Amino acid sequence: MRKLIEGSMAVAESIRLCRPHVVAAYPITPQTHIVENLSQMVADGDLKAEFINVESEFGAASVVLGACAVGARAYSTTTAQGLLLMAEVLYNLAGMRLPVVITCANRAVSAPINIWNDHSDAMVIRDSGMIMLFAEDSQELMDIHPQAYKIGENPEIMLPVMVNMDGFILTHAFESVELLDQKAVDDFLPPYNPEIKLDPAKPITMGTLAEPRWYMETRYKIAETLDDAIPAIKKTAEEFKAKFGRWYGDLIDTYRLDDAKYAFVAMGSLIGTLKDVVDDLRAKGEKVGILKIRSFRPFPYAMIRDVCRDVKQLIVFDKSYSYGWGSILQNELRNCFYGQKHTPLISGFVVGLGGRDIPPKSLISAYNMTKDKEMLNEFVDINHELVGGRR
Amino acid sequence: MAETTKAKKEKAPVTESLLTSGHRACAGCGESLGAKLVMDAAGPNIIVATSTGCLEVFSTPYPESAWRVPWIHSLFENSSAVAAGIEAGLKAMGKWNGVKVIAQGGDGGTADIGIGCLSGMLERGHEVLYVCYDNEAYMNTGVQRSGLTPFDAHTTTSPSGRISFGNQRPKKNLVEIVAAHNIPYAATATVGYPADLQRKVKKALSIAGPTFLHVHVPCPLGWAYKSEQTIEIGRLAVETGLFPIFEMEWGKITRVRKITKERKPIEEYLKLQGRFRHLFVSEEGKKELAKIQAIADANIAKYGLV
Repeated sequence: MRKLIEGSMAVAESIRLCRPHVVAAYPITPQTHIVENLSQMVADGDLKAEFINVESEFGAASVVLGACAVGARAYSTTTAQGLLLMAEVLYNLAGMRLPVVITCANRAVSAPINIWNDHSDAMVIRDSGMIMLFAEDSQELMDIHPQAYKIGENPEIMLPVMVNMDGFILTHAFESVELLDQKAVDDFLPPYNPEIKLDPAKPITMGTLAEPRWYMETRYKIAETLDDAIPAIKKTAEEFKAKFGRWYGDLIDTYRLDDAKYAFVAMGSLIGTLKDVVDDLRAKGEKVGILKIRSFRPFPYAMIRDVCRDVKQLIVFDKSYSYGWGSILQNELRNCFYGQKHTPLISGFVVGLGGRDIPPKSLISAYNMTKDKEMLNEFVDINHELVGGRR
Repeated sequence: MAETTKAKKEKAPVTESLLTSGHRACAGCGESLGAKLVMDAAGPNIIVATSTGCLEVFSTPYPESAWRVPWIHSLFENSSAVAAGIEAGLKAMGKWNGVKVIAQGGDGGTADIGIGCLSGMLERGHEVLYVCYDNEAYMNTGVQRSGLTPFDAHTTTSPSGRISFGNQRPKKNLVEIVAAHNIPYAATATVGYPADLQRKVKKALSIAGPTFLHVHVPCPLGWAYKSEQTIEIGRLAVETGLFPIFEMEWGKITRVRKITKERKPIEEYLKLQGRFRHLFVSEEGKKELAKIQAIADANIAKYGLV
């Protein structure tokens, strides 16, 4: 059944179908519609879960940690400041191998306070050990959450998964979405039944102190598991396609890339804009295509190299920046090709920070500027009168 | 001829504590004694969430664990929220079955860094017993001041010095802050009176809704006294009026441990502890002792201890 729904409702509906036992969240713009929809579902009896109105995002992440440790399926959602307040617990969830799912409605990080979209928040926890997926549109959001649980709860993986969606651009946009069927989701996503959990019938100790002779091995296992997550994410996407017929790529996706010489690289909803840009440029004879990064952690190095083997230049559009280092996504791509036989030119543009509009003409002008010429860490559409324009 | 029979050796039943021996706590540790008393009063049908701190560190150095109950440690400030999640998870899965959920932490983990999560857990009405083991400073990191450090106590971050008598603020009234959430049961207790503590654990666990115990646990290392004096010092804190023992139901005091016969001047409690030594060496120190006596007198009047 198709329905015109808001992106936040697509997420809430998808989560309802995953049958979480515990939902704990704290309201923060632009995530609020997700938690409002979920709490209404609980109030109406459509979702049989404990909805916990916590006192902070730190509390939200801690509540889902406790719930998951006792064997319950648990869910939370947040953004920006809330994600940063959760950060201590997110590292803990990964270290304790507790596969909760958290949706992040990506938003700029304060100061100055700004409630609009970019990817600065997610980048703060890129080294936490969480799996990080980025969705492109409402349909993918509907379809990605059952996949997120299935990947995280895979006994070979057992890691928390963060699903990223662009704040406002996706949370508040209405799109026509094909709804999932409960029976089919149940079939795709079996109940969570962890081998290790808190149970008075079989007492165990979780969260011990690991001295220097043990700690490194626990971290090594997380590193190894993120490698193992690459085939697991791919397999889960393939299983989803086999059952539901929809495909968003595995860890990456491509658009008109087969014969392309220039590849635009981005994550999230910007892919939609780029598809229009590519179609326009193709009509003018430009050999352009798109590389969509769907999984940022694990970062699919080999897959990217494989699909870009004939690409002459990568043009990265990044909604985040590491101050004193550069565009994060751009530098991931540079790392990806360092020391390889085929190393395309790589350019990086920083776009849309704090919700700055990203019109197609800005992307096209960036392309025209950088075509066959490497440009790094370029801020697009900066008001040079305001900043003095020293860079 | 008399038949030879093997002498029957009656073995005393081994009653191993749910917080078993062999862990790494200091000799005379009040917190380990407190936790052991709480666990054994609660019994095995429990799940326990513990904050970062001495209790967690001395009991669970991987691959060892002293806990014979299901036990989890996540972070410093979230044992109450983790316990709330455990309770919610059990309820949602239909696995409640009389399982009791206990959260525990030290004074810093409870009254300072963890008070937000604690307040949320209490306000939302989770069926969790929270136990605060109060040794009146951050002992795990080397005796730094917390919000529950008493007036004039020397700690490594509230040291006595040429122009200071140590911690310049009185102890935060934790149990009344907790009781102000209008929960069904909140009480103070001490390892100085183990039977009273265990009675309160059982009472708290028999009540639906969030319950709270503030347990005074002397610390030989941080308070600088001889390790065999833990019980004595615990009792003296009560007998001087510096740690009143009482119970509160729905925000009102319902029961108080009187000290009419046992009442002692505060010096008898303070002089045994190195953290108050600086109060006994000068004329100015006497004025400080008078201030501490005034705190005890105010407690005695407020809670009707005599």
